[in-house]
Amino acid sequence: MVRTVTSTPMFALTALALASFGLSSSAMAQRDPAYAAAREAGQVGEKVDGYLGYVGPASPALRAVVEDINIKRKAVYAQKAQANNATVEEYALTSGCVLIDHTVPGEKYQAPGGSWQTRTAAAPQRDSRCP
Amino acid sequence: MTRSCKPATINRMNSGNNQIRSRIRVWPLAAMPLLLTMGGCITVKAPDKPIVIELNINIKQEVIYRLAADAAQTIDKNAEIF
Repeated sequence: MVRTVTSTPMFALTALALASFGLSSSAMAQRDPAYAAAREAGQVGEKVDGYLGYVGPASPALRAVVEDINIKRKAVYAQKAQANNATVEEYALTSGCVLIDHTVPGEKYQAPGGSWQTRTAAAPQRDSRCP
Repeated sequence: MTRSCKPATINRMNSGNNQIRSRIRVWPLAAMPLLLTMGGCITVKAPDKPIVIELNINIKQEVIYRLAADAAQTIDKNAEIF
């Protein structure tokens, strides 16, 4: 094993680089640029139910991006809900609490009454059941 | 209700002379089940809206508290979709 590594240092380096890339891509995955831009522009916001919503009229391209994310979110919620003996709605709503809390100033989020709010430096308006 | 109505109808059939009077007496009895049914309809309609709120409240705070830490971890691990 040692001999293999020393005889092919390039291979070892490549393997190391691949390993570190894989690690960073899973731990620090980035948002889709279109989604990130729409989020920053306040076109999309975090809903109470744990999914993304459109704040105003959305282009078909943006709709495609958001719907794709919401489908992926639902798949993750479903998997995690099952692992935690909860319903998908329960897990999604809990995630909504966390996601609204994680919004940064300028981003949009849905208040418990259903209205869209712009996040400020102050704590967001959240459901009374949120931790 | 239907049973108590039946004797009234039989009475009317037996006493031929008092047809009009007994008919008047039968009316409120016959109308009662109808009124009761109508009253029932109103009470069924009333909870239409509260049911929606009830579904929303169904998710209890304790469940959210139990899942919160796991949800936060899941969001961090799947940052590209959150």
